[in-house]
Amino acid sequence: MPRAIPDNPVGAPAAASGALETRDMLLNVGPAHPAMHGIIRIVARLDGEQIVNADVEIGYLHRGFEKMSETVDYNGVIPYTDRLNYVSPLINNVGYSMAVEKLLGISVPERCHYIRVIVSEISRITDHLTCVGASAMELGAFTVFLYMIKAREYLWELVESVTGARLTVSYCRVGGVKADLPEGFANQCRQAFEETRRVLAESDALLTRNRIFVDRMSGTGKISADDAISYGITGPFLRASGVPYDVRKDCPYASYDRLEFDVPVGTRGDNFDRYLVRMEEMQQSMRIVEQALRDMPPGPFQVNPQTGCPLPASEMVDQAKVGNIPAIRDAYAVTDPTLDGSAKPLRVSIATAEKRVFLPSKEDTYGNIEGLMQHFKLVMYGHGTRPPKGEVYFAVEGANGELGFYVVSDGGNTPYRVRVRPPCFAIMSALPKLIIGDMMADLTPTFGSINMIGGELDR
Amino acid sequence: MSGDAAFVTSRLDEAIGWARKYSIFQYPFVTACCGMEYMATACSHYDIDRFGAGLPRFSPRQADVLFVVGTISQKMAPVLKRIYDQMAEPKWVVSFGVCTCTGGFYDNYATLMGIDTIIPVDVYIPGCPPRPEYVLDGLLKLQAKIQAQHESGRRSAREPRPELELEPWMPQR
Amino acid sequence: MDAAALIQALTERFADAVRGSHAYRGDATIVISRERLLDLAGTLKDDAAFQMNFLMDLTAVDFSVFGKGPSPAFFASSGVVVRPSAELPDEHPWPGPPGPARFIVVYHFFSLPLKHRLRVEVPLEETDAELDSVTSLWAGADWLEREVWDMFGIRFRGHANLKRILMYEQFVGHPLRKDYPVNKRQPLIEPDGDASSHSR
Repeated sequence: MPRAIPDNPVGAPAAASGALETRDMLLNVGPAHPAMHGIIRIVARLDGEQIVNADVEIGYLHRGFEKMSETVDYNGVIPYTDRLNYVSPLINNVGYSMAVEKLLGISVPERCHYIRVIVSEISRITDHLTCVGASAMELGAFTVFLYMIKAREYLWELVESVTGARLTVSYCRVGGVKADLPEGFANQCRQAFEETRRVLAESDALLTRNRIFVDRMSGTGKISADDAISYGITGPFLRASGVPYDVRKDCPYASYDRLEFDVPVGTRGDNFDRYLVRMEEMQQSMRIVEQALRDMPPGPFQVNPQTGCPLPASEMVDQAKVGNIPAIRDAYAVTDPTLDGSAKPLRVSIATAEKRVFLPSKEDTYGNIEGLMQHFKLVMYGHGTRPPKGEVYFAVEGANGELGFYVVSDGGNTPYRVRVRPPCFAIMSALPKLIIGDMMADLTPTFGSINMIGGELDR
Repeated sequence: MSGDAAFVTSRLDEAIGWARKYSIFQYPFVTACCGMEYMATACSHYDIDRFGAGLPRFSPRQADVLFVVGTISQKMAPVLKRIYDQMAEPKWVVSFGVCTCTGGFYDNYATLMGIDTIIPVDVYIPGCPPRPEYVLDGLLKLQAKIQAQHESGRRSAREPRPELELEPWMPQR
Repeated sequence: MDAAALIQALTERFADAVRGSHAYRGDATIVISRERLLDLAGTLKDDAAFQMNFLMDLTAVDFSVFGKGPSPAFFASSGVVVRPSAELPDEHPWPGPPGPARFIVVYHFFSLPLKHRLRVEVPLEETDAELDSVTSLWAGADWLEREVWDMFGIRFRGHANLKRILMYEQFVGHPLRKDYPVNKRQPLIEPDGDASSHSR
């Protein structure tokens, strides 16, 4: 006896007529999901395998960046900016610092610009490595992920030698950078880039003409240039659709106008073009760093080899207190290794001379009363840099697109409003448009090539 | 219980503990920046696989250890609690990164001040983000805890949060 | 067009709507009244002189405590007020917040063909925080306006789906307003401080 089929189950065929009666299925690709690197929720309505409608819910990593930045002083916002786009933290640092410098109306020395360009580009390479690696892993190419993370480790060691931290660096300050590049940076950088280029060549050989990879990435997640512009999408995503907009070329900042590099532009606007754009951008970033290292104005020598002598900082202070100037004239203070690169002779080329903005060098802080007062006036509670009242918007080229900072100051020592214009917010708002019409399995490569970073999307 | 039987069961406990600690199936509940250091720990340079913990299982039904990696916001808290509840015993929780330990420097309306306010935690790995060496250190402590648990036959009592008088400048619950 | 030319062209075209303008630090900014927002936005997008095809950003600022930051005492218990350090002087000072209204909604436009930027500010009173939505012109405004609603409580007329985006639905209040305290939490799961309830 055949079992009675209950009325209208999901997807059951109609008994009598020839046509299949189907029903859409609601699938919740929930916040905790392996293929979503980043926590978002996509509620997809499926007709079989095809997505007919999608609703994207974000905000699972909202950490109140904008509210917190109203409670700390201008330099205190910099650790919060590290954690915005946490795969390329130096770009966020540079963007925020330059926005506040625009508000203050000060400029930084030439060498500082070059240093910022170098670290920004290294950050951009780590971002693209993580993005391409993770999206390859989600398509099954786990080896490529391991190779790219290996290359990222070399670059993180490079970043660590400059800033002291691998990921959350807080390297830039309002008015300069924390310390100069260490000795031997050029060599270390060259070795790291050699490794990176080797990894990129291997990954290219593994992926670019790989039948499975190409089939899954081509034709999926297409968006036209007009739609992309309407959504406000910028960066590699937009460039893959054929629009050659790059903030570094069109609205140049720091020393990008003096550096020669190409901006890769795709044609079809699908996931495969975005992959190719990112791979090529990494090569171009390495080219920029090598040029910058060559063209950078030199910093002054840390010590005169003939006459200079190292002296522990405490002894220098003691000599200064008793007025023994000859003893300290050719001495340079040996301070903690964490202060390497921020010695007084190097200070002139990495930071602005404006006393109301940048901390004095440690030799001055501990050596004379003016330095102590300057330090006090900048860090003590209630004091701090007080920019003039005003509002500015400044944009840099983040790894995902135009990263803009809108800073409003009311003349106090804490920012009145700091707004981040997150590049992947615009891209994610177009996610329904990207996935509707594609199949469920195409969600993975599309989402991978968006490079959604939760810290930046939800702030 | 006679001496011989006690010897057998305690050796059995040790063996079970040894097997459990070297075959951890982790659920990496990755949300934020710590995820990057988690990736670094899991990959070739630092290689968590040599400790037996290299296979992530993205389903709570199949995992032993819940690595909560990255800030948990108030919006995400119910999801975390549900995932924890769905895991089967024996299960352990590792709080990776200072945002999960105590909330980090995000003392605001949006963040959970430490996941141990909603689920019990076995190992705390502070750091923002913790270096891979710290993560491996935490993992070794977790393994010692897993071994010790089965030797004694009972899970050690969880340390209660110290009772502090909350000054206005401290993170309020 | 550079900042001054942009401001002049817009002031001529929309003389009744433009209430103020400045180019502080080179950013062309105009303050308009909200009735003409949609017209202005349409002109900015379609007119050949402006061609603002990008809506880069849409946000809001709450000016209710502007310049009235508390002067902090050195210790919470002391009555010693800290005197501010000297501000950096500014030869071309900013004209100040646009009017007495509590909120302003700030639009940042960018033109890719002509490479110029513009900031448009629309002041809104607290009791009447409503504005026309520009989602018909730029699709990206959808989520941006939802975020402004979530964070500030400013409604957008004509928006199809104005619900919270970053906070959860059960959240009461608008966090980025200046009167919302930073650490006022509204937990979905009550944190239980008692450790013993979790022991096994």
